[in-house]
Amino acid sequence: MHESILVYRGFRYLKLSLWMVAIAVVAYIVHQPTVGPPNGGTALGYTLGTIGVLLIVWLAWFGVRKRRYGLGKVKLEDWLSAHVYLGLGLIVVATLHTGFQFGWNVHTLAYSLMIFVIVSGIFGIIVYVRFPRLMTENRRGSTQRDLLAQIAELNAKAREISVTLGDDIHNEVMASADKLALGGGALKQLSGRDRNCPVQHAVKRVGELVLGLPKSDAEKGRTVLSLLARKLELVERVRRDLRYKALMDIWLYVHVPVTFALLASLAAHIVSVFFYW
Amino acid sequence: MTEHFRVAIVGSGPGGMSAAGRAAQSKLSHVLLEKTDHLSDTIYKYQKGKLVMATPDILPLRSPMDFKLGIREDILGTWDKQTKELGVNLRYNAEVTKITGRKGAFELTVNGKDKVTAEYVVLAIGLQGNLRKLGVPGENDPRIQYQLDDPDEYAEETIVVVGAGDAAIENAVALAKQNKVIMINRSAEFARCKQGNLDLITKSLEKGVLECMYKSSPTKVEAGPRLKFTLKTADGEAVVECDRVIARLGALAPRAFVESCGIQFPSKDPTALPELSAHYESNVPGLYVIGALAGYPLIKQAMNQGYEVVEFIQGNECEPADEPLLKEKFKGALLDRYGSIPGLLAEMQKTVPVFSGLTTLQLREVLLESNVHTPKGGGEIFHRNDYSNTFYTIFAGEVGIEIDPDHPDEMVRLGPGEFFGEMGLLAGRRRSATVRATQDCVLIETSRREMIKLIKSVPKVRDVVDAAAIERQIRSYIAPNLSKDDMAAVLESAKLRSFKANEVIFNEGDPGDGVFLIRTGSCTVSRRIGGREIVMNYVPAGHYVGEMALVRDMPRAATVKAAIETEAVWLDGAGFRMLMDHLPQLRSQIERRIGAIITQTEDISQRPEAGNLIQFLVQEGGKEAADMLLIDEALCVRCDNCEKACAETHGGISRLDREAGPTYATIHVPTSCRHCEHPHCMADCPPDALHKTKDGEVFIDEQTCIGCGNCERNCPYGVIHMAYDPPKKPGLLSWLLFGFGHGPGEDKIASHASHEGKKRAVKCDMCKDIEGGAACVRSCPTGAAIRVHPEQFFALTTHSPQ
Ligand SMILES: Cc1cc2nc3c(=O)[nH]c(=O)nc-3n(C[C@H](O)[C@H](O)[C@H](O)COP(=O)(O)OP(=O)(O)OC[C@H]3O[C@@H](n4cnc5c(N)ncnc54)[C@H](O)[C@@H]3O)c2cc1C
Ligand code: HEM
Ligand code: HEM
Ligand code: SF4
Ligand code: SF4
Ligand code: SF4
Repeated sequence: MHESILVYRGFRYLKLSLWMVAIAVVAYIVHQPTVGPPNGGTALGYTLGTIGVLLIVWLAWFGVRKRRYGLGKVKLEDWLSAHVYLGLGLIVVATLHTGFQFGWNVHTLAYSLMIFVIVSGIFGIIVYVRFPRLMTENRRGSTQRDLLAQIAELNAKAREISVTLGDDIHNEVMASADKLALGGGALKQLSGRDRNCPVQHAVKRVGELVLGLPKSDAEKGRTVLSLLARKLELVERVRRDLRYKALMDIWLYVHVPVTFALLASLAAHIVSVFFYW
Repeated sequence: MTEHFRVAIVGSGPGGMSAAGRAAQSKLSHVLLEKTDHLSDTIYKYQKGKLVMATPDILPLRSPMDFKLGIREDILGTWDKQTKELGVNLRYNAEVTKITGRKGAFELTVNGKDKVTAEYVVLAIGLQGNLRKLGVPGENDPRIQYQLDDPDEYAEETIVVVGAGDAAIENAVALAKQNKVIMINRSAEFARCKQGNLDLITKSLEKGVLECMYKSSPTKVEAGPRLKFTLKTADGEAVVECDRVIARLGALAPRAFVESCGIQFPSKDPTALPELSAHYESNVPGLYVIGALAGYPLIKQAMNQGYEVVEFIQGNECEPADEPLLKEKFKGALLDRYGSIPGLLAEMQKTVPVFSGLTTLQLREVLLESNVHTPKGGGEIFHRNDYSNTFYTIFAGEVGIEIDPDHPDEMVRLGPGEFFGEMGLLAGRRRSATVRATQDCVLIETSRREMIKLIKSVPKVRDVVDAAAIERQIRSYIAPNLSKDDMAAVLESAKLRSFKANEVIFNEGDPGDGVFLIRTGSCTVSRRIGGREIVMNYVPAGHYVGEMALVRDMPRAATVKAAIETEAVWLDGAGFRMLMDHLPQLRSQIERRIGAIITQTEDISQRPEAGNLIQFLVQEGGKEAADMLLIDEALCVRCDNCEKACAETHGGISRLDREAGPTYATIHVPTSCRHCEHPHCMADCPPDALHKTKDGEVFIDEQTCIGCGNCERNCPYGVIHMAYDPPKKPGLLSWLLFGFGHGPGEDKIASHASHEGKKRAVKCDMCKDIEGGAACVRSCPTGAAIRVHPEQFFALTTHSPQ
């Protein structure tokens, strides 16, 4: 009942896309331009170019369709499955249109932007396929709020016990709570790590300090240490969670703006070929 | 000194107050006794600024007091003013604790000591009952509260919360945000709350947000700068010092008090209503009952009755306020034939056995909630597999029931006085047969709520319906074309059996002594494999279990357990064998089924995790669901497009909360309506605003919802919430281009900043008004969100990526 968009409906849209690509390739091989090498200016070139533009406009329309909630009979899953496969097919269609005539001009700019969008899309689909499961496994049934609450709880407990264990340990424990930053900048989120993680630091330092505690406090020291260790594990889980989510979100910040740039440069390309060719 | 009055009215809710107003207007000697120090406690306790609805709109108001749609404060203000102007003899702080005597000489005990005598008594005490108190010395300290309006009002206090029900849990968790909270639970666990709250409290306790003392009960409270709260615990006495105690011990239903006045209830069912004459008089002559206590859950109805009851007491006949509505319903040939509404009602009670056990008052109420249909011969009334669940009685004419869809000509015919549609009503499932009129008919179609009320309060209705239902259930689920004699023989041995949730219907290894036809509820089939109980399958109502042991003549091969409260028709072994002998197609059908069951069992025993998944889904609502939203977290990219889609298509308020809810393996059950077969949310909705569509979707009629919050409390899955209308959204284009207002799908729960306008209950309506169905599912880009019927659980386990 549940199937991923890649296998959706027995690869219906993959098949559609392969047909499109196959026809384009055959046409390209068969077609003999009347003058010069194959390029965008031939009859086939115009045809493939037109198909390419239609595809791009349709692919970009997905952004609008996605927000027209409740309208349209076709499930969004259909749209995305088609989006992915036809978007990939576009590589071939557009490339054949150019007849491999690249240069430093607005035409090739449009082409590069298109490739850029597609590559980001490929990144996106990889992330979409891989990360949801990792995220669920990482969360183990808790929501992110739960995890944060558990961390706060450990903070409070560790603080309470460490008060009596001397300033060194207590300060480490306090720092591991006060200086702890989850989330933060995009890069930090994407890395899923914090090189100066105060919790990691505290675990290491307290681990050393505990050894110097008098016998009567040793038990408490161990408790604090194990609380910190548990916290570290939770903190790392939250960071992983944030990282997965960030990776699942970030690429759309490339995919969509570049789509707009692509549409603009494409307009420029078409206008220019009609005026100056 | 005892004072004497013609009429004593107990309770100053809309019913009692209106009665007293009318008595004052008629210069009748009267007294209105009110327990609290204000009018109309139920309405007084509504939240501040609540918009009070004056439903049903078509019902005219007949009362000396005014009442129309308005804000709580204004309505209470008007009533205060008008009781004064009319000169109502009103006593506050006068709780009536006992009523004795008889017509002409009643004696009412007020606050346990003072006496008042009266010739007539009107009981209008509503259904709220008395809040249970701690019942220990010191319970009246003002720092002990029995209600909590706003948990955010308190901070930095130590608060003890007593109780283990939903209210106690919700209060405790809310208070714990800003306070140190200690819960006191009399038993060793939380067993009396809904699943959502159980999860909430378990998690909160795990996280240490608050503490709980189990097996503890209060013994005394001592005042001081702080409260000293003494408890008896499993390990002896304990003392807790605190700043405040919130005791949420539930309310004592008024029934015991009402019964102590001599008023009889027709059944033990807690929802049963006292039996009343057409003049609202109870079985104790001179003692009248009106308002919510009499089964009329709305303010306007209560006020009308207040007026009428005083007229009746004075010996004035008065046409009930609903008379014009009934006339409108029956206008035309029918009313002409019988002259008047009373004439028509009398005739109806004569012809229709289901109605014969009702008082005229009950019958009027039923008819008000019913529609009259006059189909011409040949017209279809409902279709097989429709999800409607109303109940039809035939007043005149004849209908035919097509039990076997393959043989539409073989119809069971029903004539005047008989009824149909009870199966949809009882099982909460689809209609099991198509019904059409075979002659011109007069049919009364009664709402599900009204019928259930009747079945619960009038034993005769229950008996008549049950007797016919068993026969029809056997016919439609097992043996459509059984001859009359054979049926009689089978019925001989048939018995109705009921099972509580989780009760075992039969155990693996038991001797096979009969077949159970599940008529309401559902059950799970499980087997012990390698010492563990593995769930094999889920059986909804309308199917039978236990046939395998009979056919194969061997002990039970599996354990069958009721998943929720379940009713089954039990057919003994001999009776069922006889059926199989007479009906070869039944035997072959069963053989085929057994074949399928065996393969399925083999399959599941290889994959016990699939059984666990079924078990999980059944637990999480599958046991009573018509439809569940599931999210496969292996596919879900957490984009929340599902929530956005729901909000966008439902006035800006999402009816589903994706992240909340339990998960098993990668299957997540978000907080979203299960569309229960017997929806708990419907149980107690004053204006009857919750309905089921033909397709089984449960929805709220937002026009009639009065925002009382009962459904929110009653839904065990926590899927209903109360919301104000959200601010208006800009069009997609102006948002994209100019950034006006909220974007599509943003702001998933309505902002609570604008507390104006109507607060109402919102829940998933399965997108019943949207072409293409569930917007959440259609808007999920990765296909992670799906909606499934419980029948598909097994199939789900075979396809889900594990
Ligand atoms: C939250 C909520 C919202 C609602 N919203 C609406 C709405 O918008 N529109 C609508 O039409 N209906 C609404 N209802 C239903 C409506 O409140 C009741 O139908 C109505 O109040 C019933 O009136 P009543 O006179 O029968 O009893 P009540 O209003 O319950 O009045 C009973 C009175 O009797 C007093 N009393 C009880 N026992 C004793 C005793 N032993 N001695 C003396 N006095 C006693 C009580 O203190 C109380 O004042 C709502 C209900 C709730 C709970
Ligand atoms: C209506 C659609 C299109 C038309 C009419 C069109 C037209 C043309 C023409 C006439 C040329 C030949 C220009 C020349 O030889 O100088 C050309 C070349 C080219 N087109 Fe298009 N095109 C279209 C769509 C596209 C699309 C969708 C892309 C890719 C994003 C694209 C990328 C290119 C490139 C890279 C070249 C080669 C430029 C070069 O020769 O240096 N075109 N196009
Ligand atoms: C030139 C080609 C493409 C264009 C113009 C394009 C454009 C878009 C746009 C406008 C969106 C909507 C994003 C949003 O509003 O949230 C989108 C989403 C997406 N695209 Fe593309 N795309 C292209 C190619 C591809 C390719 C080749 C792939 C994959 C291999 C891909 C995968 C996706 C995915 C996975 C989404 C996200 C769906 C979601 O989360 O709702 N795209 N694309
Ligand atoms: S809202 Fe009603 S139908 Fe939906 S899950 Fe809750 S009780 Fe069931
Ligand atoms: S089915 Fe419709 S109403 Fe229900 S949760 Fe989905 S979108 Fe919302
Ligand atoms: S729309 Fe689908 S992928 Fe997005 S959050 Fe909802 S279930 Fe997950």
